[in-house]
Amino acid sequence: MSNVTGIVIEALIKSALLAFVLATAFAYLTLAERKIAAFMQVRKGPNRVGPWGLLQPAADGIKLLFKEELVPAGADKVLFFLAPILTMVPAMVIMAVVPIGPDVELFGRVVRLGISDLNVGLLYILSVASVAVYGIVLAGWSSANKYSLMGGLRASAQMISYEIALGLAIIGPILLAGTMSLQGIIAAQQHATWYVVWQPVGALVFFLAGLAEVNRAPFDMPEAEQELTAGYFTEYSGMKFSLFFMGEYIKMMAVSAIAATLFFGGYLGPFVEQMPWLGILYFSAKTAAFLFVMIWLRLTLPRLRYDQLMAFGWKVLLPLSLANVVVTATAIVLGG
Amino acid sequence: MTVEFVLFIALGTIAVFAALGMLLSSNAIYSALFLVVNFAVVAAFYLLLGAPFIAMVQVTVYAGAIMVLFLFVIMLLGAERLRQPTYRLRWQQPLAIVLVLALLGFAGYVVATQVTGAWPGPLENAAGYGSPAAIGQLLFQEYLFPFEATSLLLLTAMVGVVVLTAVDERRRRRRPSKRS
Repeated sequence: MSNVTGIVIEALIKSALLAFVLATAFAYLTLAERKIAAFMQVRKGPNRVGPWGLLQPAADGIKLLFKEELVPAGADKVLFFLAPILTMVPAMVIMAVVPIGPDVELFGRVVRLGISDLNVGLLYILSVASVAVYGIVLAGWSSANKYSLMGGLRASAQMISYEIALGLAIIGPILLAGTMSLQGIIAAQQHATWYVVWQPVGALVFFLAGLAEVNRAPFDMPEAEQELTAGYFTEYSGMKFSLFFMGEYIKMMAVSAIAATLFFGGYLGPFVEQMPWLGILYFSAKTAAFLFVMIWLRLTLPRLRYDQLMAFGWKVLLPLSLANVVVTATAIVLGG
Repeated sequence: MTVEFVLFIALGTIAVFAALGMLLSSNAIYSALFLVVNFAVVAAFYLLLGAPFIAMVQVTVYAGAIMVLFLFVIMLLGAERLRQPTYRLRWQQPLAIVLVLALLGFAGYVVATQVTGAWPGPLENAAGYGSPAAIGQLLFQEYLFPFEATSLLLLTAMVGVVVLTAVDERRRRRRPSKRS
């Protein structure tokens, strides 16, 4: 029983830490996005609160906390309240199976850097990602607003469509590593090279489908300002709005982290075996690189039209990922 | 009293209340959401039984795909409010009562005859039994023919739907050209 208690306490501590780190990273990711946007548009960006605007996220957070929470008259109050939570929770929960570093020695016991290592880790990621649609759909419906409903419907159609390509892109690394555990996939990449070398198409499809899953530009149809004001969160204000905001950014981090793990060796890097703590640094750097690319894409690409988006998902990404699976499987069977 | 027992009772209570909520709520959206909760709890049961693969598939397919489509349809049709029915099926209520009694009777019989005093733990070979590799082996070797036949049936149904709607679409497009 004491062993069970130990495991539970360890998992609780790690979960609390992860939630704290994700929330902080979200705050600074918003600042990073504004700074990078400013740099690309030859502006200064936030520079008033603290040195280099470093306290800007805190100021934003406090402002949002004190804003009035509006609830539309015709809204479904329960679901209106529940929807932001349902968007936020899957985004955080999905990170539970992503290893952020190798095993380390801490307080006389071996601690795995990562909450859990499921043997069906990748299926877990897919199932949590598929549940993440609910928050957005319910937000759109419960707001009693046409724009919100349109945003919610678009979001669900888009996320269901791109989930297929996402799932098929994941099959490549599974076939190569022979396991669905993320820890196992990283271990397999230690012997071979990074899987992006063997799976360039898979990596590309995963990244694009991941972008569409988190509704980031150029796939941000569900929140297209010009057509839908702000889509599913038009009616939200204050902390509820910031929960949606937070959900989107944490999902960005999750997609980046999973892409880094599956195709770029996760925490692997030079000298990791000697100094396991270095792994966290490598992992963060790879994740940050993906986040930078996402921000970069948002700042440089226009939004797709809705039919283009659907056509791209079903007529380009899906056949591409299917072909990738067939080619990979054939190569493995023939090459051994 | 093991951890599994406590978890089972807690989850079972949630599952029953979710099922009741689905039946009794007058709003179709809430019904669908209660069903999602029920599916999630069933997935947790699979986890308790040592079958993580089935649990994940349950969440992905039922909660993640099918129920989202349900919600989609309910929202598109705006059919979430249950209207007072204008007509009633008179034979429905007595039939339902008879069927429920039959179900309860059978379930009671099974519980009374099959359940022994000991609390069944998780299966000993469960880890191998429910693993993705074991299921893949079963699907693609032992039950390959039924599996392929099922996929073929589903594919046929899908192609049929596309063909039927496409015919409708073509007719609609042809109509204005005939007039001119």
